[in-house]
Amino acid sequence: MALRRILIANRGEIAVRIIRTCRKLNIETVLAASTADLNSVPAKLADRTICIGPARPGDSYLKVDTIVHAALATQSDAIHPGYGFLSERAALASLCEAQGVVFIGPTAAQIEAVGDKLRARLEAQAAGVPVVPGCAVSTIDEAMTAARDIGAPLLVKAVGGGGGRGLKRVDRLEELPSIMELAAAEAGAAFGDARVYLERFIASGRHVEVQILGDGKGRVIHLGERDCSVQRRYQKLVEETPAAGLSKSLRDALHSAAVRFCERLLYRGAGTVEFLVDRERESFHFLEMNARIQVEHPVTEAVTGVDLIAEQIAIAAGAGLSLSQSDIQVRGCAIECRVNAEDPTNDFRPSPGRVHEVTWPCEEGIRVDTYIASGSRVPPFYDSLMAKIIAYAPDRAAALTRLRQAISSTRVAGIHTNLPFHAVALADPEFQAGGFDTGFVTRLLERSPITMERARNG
Amino acid sequence: MSLTAADVAEIMRLVEQSNFDELTLEMDGIKLCLRRGTPAATGTSGTAAAGGSSVTAPGTAVSPARPTEDAASAATASSLPHTAAAPTAAPPAATNTAVAPADPNVHEVASPLLGTFYRAPKPGASPFVEVGSQVEEGTVVAIIEVMKLMNTVRAGVRGTVTEILVADGALAEYGETLLRVRKAG
Repeated sequence: MALRRILIANRGEIAVRIIRTCRKLNIETVLAASTADLNSVPAKLADRTICIGPARPGDSYLKVDTIVHAALATQSDAIHPGYGFLSERAALASLCEAQGVVFIGPTAAQIEAVGDKLRARLEAQAAGVPVVPGCAVSTIDEAMTAARDIGAPLLVKAVGGGGGRGLKRVDRLEELPSIMELAAAEAGAAFGDARVYLERFIASGRHVEVQILGDGKGRVIHLGERDCSVQRRYQKLVEETPAAGLSKSLRDALHSAAVRFCERLLYRGAGTVEFLVDRERESFHFLEMNARIQVEHPVTEAVTGVDLIAEQIAIAAGAGLSLSQSDIQVRGCAIECRVNAEDPTNDFRPSPGRVHEVTWPCEEGIRVDTYIASGSRVPPFYDSLMAKIIAYAPDRAAALTRLRQAISSTRVAGIHTNLPFHAVALADPEFQAGGFDTGFVTRLLERSPITMERARNG
Repeated sequence: MSLTAADVAEIMRLVEQSNFDELTLEMDGIKLCLRRGTPAATGTSGTAAAGGSSVTAPGTAVSPARPTEDAASAATASSLPHTAAAPTAAPPAATNTAVAPADPNVHEVASPLLGTFYRAPKPGASPFVEVGSQVEEGTVVAIIEVMKLMNTVRAGVRGTVTEILVADGALAEYGETLLRVRKAG
């Protein structure tokens, strides 16, 4: 069925991004917005905006019934959940299935299969994809026994977690009981699921993920990988594709592992399989799968020329995959910086508020995905992502030059941003060399603290 | 009795918050025509749209604004919003504080959530209230249904129902004014 009207159950830059593709496809958009977002840029761009509740996400963006009711009442054919919020809640996908609304994403069963991190590990093993040594634990005694096998340092992870949430590091085994108790309590509060599992901590790993598209019937293609090793407290800050310095055999192995994993699930829609790549051993382990469009999808779009949102919509509409694996050609290099409303001189403290004046870069090869214009607000209720600046060029060095130029020509007045961090990170020799592990940001901030002086001078 | 500027402003606000696109009022030799401005959707010309939503601010602090539906006028073909959207991104604070309720003796009953507005407990039953009904604070005046879950809406004040602004069975957004009640004494 052709989709004529899509309800967007999200906000911020991804809402703008979805509207952009819907316009191209002549699909009407209904934006489901909280009171905090009624005057936002996506609210102005959407064909219609309806107010679904107060600012607090639990009273608006996270209400499954309200979102589906809004879709039905506005005669929307489909719901696009974006990322975060309800994008990986099986409850939304299954209510959509029951109510005859197309959910632009995987099936409820697939969301459950990959959302439960333990089950995802088992699925990975069944698909012949290596996982980090570890296991499920329910009691402290069990955990201690398992921890002795795995060895310290190790990670305590929430079964229902992801994206770095519900994650704790244990350096000495005697700390395990107290840390595990804390992790279980936090996981219970955050995800409604107190189960935890243990995994070996791999000290020098690169975060490399593979973008895939599946038709829901077993046909799966990949669109190359992204390196997201620039992370602070498990939050990604810079992403690039292709991953620098990977051997062809390792790159191919990553791609085919991701495809195998998704083929086995008969995965439908766009998804990302995350891996930890061991730099020394040239080996990799499955981390988790994200069953949604991701923040960093534009770098993949830049090098493949594929509109991933359009592919998501086509698959949801039942059109299957419009591309075969041989249609996917990766050309050039793309790097993305996430511009967050945070103060890098003050431990990256969130800095919401009104943006008096903003100038986004417009140089050749630069794409900006944002919901912030002069006068816009960054509400305090949601994440601090303001914009993504993406540079594309024939090679990594040229893309980096373009991105550095774009960062230095960006002006944001009224609130703090992490642009000074990006200026420092992109200028760093280790970043310029590429191929570093996820310890990069810690090392960077030790050798080049982001001072007020530096923040002022860019 | 004749219309003051404040009356006209209030009427415009009512039209904007209602589901009606057009209102013609004739009284005491004055004729007032209001038409909701939907330039992008219908191609209505400037004169007709002049009485529309741009004159009054869309909401009050008590009752969050119903989003205007003519936002499509900002919908130009730009691929990125930062080029087109800058002039339209007005500071929200201004719109939230600009207009106070015209009459402090009138209480606006706002929808507590997004859902379908029902005036009666079930199809065919008589409505909870009509215009002119006397209500107490706890009187149920409507139901908002969200995915078959019925949520009662209470008057919140003692007084007389003066207006019912949403049609039975229509979608009510969060914060949308459903009824007005003139406070007693």
